Amino acid sequence: MIAIVDYGAGNIASVRNALQKLGFESNATCDPEEILAADRVILPGVGSFGFLMQSLRKKGLDKTIVQSINQGAPFLGICLGMQALFEESEESPGVVGLGVFNGKVVRFRKGKVPQIGWNEVVPSGKGSGKGRNKDDANTLFNNGFAYFVNSFYCTPADSSIVAAKTDYYGDFACAVQKGNITAVQFHPEKSGDWGLAFLKRWAGC
Amino acid sequence: MLTKRIIPCLDVKDGSVVKGTNFVNLQYAGDPVGLAKRYNQEGADELVFLDITASVEKRKTIVSLVRKVAAEVFIPFTVGGGINSVEEIQEILAAGADKVSLNTAAVRNPALIAEASKRFGSQAVVVAIDAKRKPVCAADTTGTAEAACWEVFVNGGRTPTGLDAVEWARKAENLGAGEILLTSMDCDGTKNGFDLELCKAVSCAVNIPIIASGGAGKASDFADAFSKGGADAALAASLFHYQELAISEVKECCAEQGIPMRCVQ
Repeated sequence: MIAIVDYGAGNIASVRNALQKLGFESNATCDPEEILAADRVILPGVGSFGFLMQSLRKKGLDKTIVQSINQGAPFLGICLGMQALFEESEESPGVVGLGVFNGKVVRFRKGKVPQIGWNEVVPSGKGSGKGRNKDDANTLFNNGFAYFVNSFYCTPADSSIVAAKTDYYGDFACAVQKGNITAVQFHPEKSGDWGLAFLKRWAGC
Repeated sequence: MLTKRIIPCLDVKDGSVVKGTNFVNLQYAGDPVGLAKRYNQEGADELVFLDITASVEKRKTIVSLVRKVAAEVFIPFTVGGGINSVEEIQEILAAGADKVSLNTAAVRNPALIAEASKRFGSQAVVVAIDAKRKPVCAADTTGTAEAACWEVFVNGGRTPTGLDAVEWARKAENLGAGEILLTSMDCDGTKNGFDLELCKAVSCAVNIPIIASGGAGKASDFADAFSKGGADAALAASLFHYQELAISEVKECCAEQGIPMRCVQ
């Protein structure tokens, strides 16, 4: 069972639909016990960094997520769900993130903001979990186009966790990976066949 | 690099896809979920459903359609047509749509753009502008040349508003719109190409993506919308669903001209 953390604003329907299409059972929940008992956890994200963190804290889910990660359950953060793993964001100054990774979330300073559309995901061959080796057929990240909608992006302090990059007026980390934690800035649930294949690899690895 | 998007538009009435020419004369063209799947396979980057249903069952029909599409098609899609409250937007997004497009309601009540973007994020709010070139244009500020200008029409192109399209786009952006879906009423249905001048004028005035619409007839029209019109995405309806032009042909043509495209095998 995959728990999709439902904090009240994420686009739960799309992620659930995609998992269902792929044949994976999922449960949208805000119950800490259900999340801790799940085989895998997905934190989707739409809204603002401040709203997400506030919603998680109100329900005590910030602690639940960190606990689940520490227990070793594979975790996937999507879009804002990736940004939440970092320490803070320019979107909501003063709001503390989950701090699972060191680094800040910053705003694009060039081009149209938000970035809306399909951009190329280029695996960096880094990351310490599955999909580490870009030549491995089982790699989690492969080159392709993914759908992005973001005004902000993560700047990990530890560059060795950057699993893939995307160029929007300069490269940014579109995916990070470390151990059981995977997080992506793009929306795999909206990235057509490439995105579904990514989700399938993650949920099946 | 961010790629330019090709967006087929599906006009929906009572749950079926229809296509209007010059905003009248509706002809049946197909099943929405089937067409959506076909477009996904053909490499569409996104879809727009424009609901032109007038019946009281309207909301129920569109929500059920959104649910069906969202369960089968995994690319972003927008729903527009007669949406005029935050509650309706909420219902459509919860059913699985990624964005809503607001047209008449946004003109009548601009605060709706602000409310919706605050609640659901700018990325979920597209402001659709139907613009018609004004026959007599005021001189530009330098007084040296005639500046082209366009008026915003609402109610499916039937009602003039007196609003200037460029000004309205700017205001929509300030209120929180995430994208502008810009339809040239003069070019719509003509297949003579997009109104590049209109597109350029709006694209230069705002810093949010512009979806060019109205007038596409051949692959190079799309390339022109991107390279000359400054559009970020381009939309067409009948051209794609009557299979007069394949999405892949459009993408190849644009790619040959050096425009970044997502190519699908």
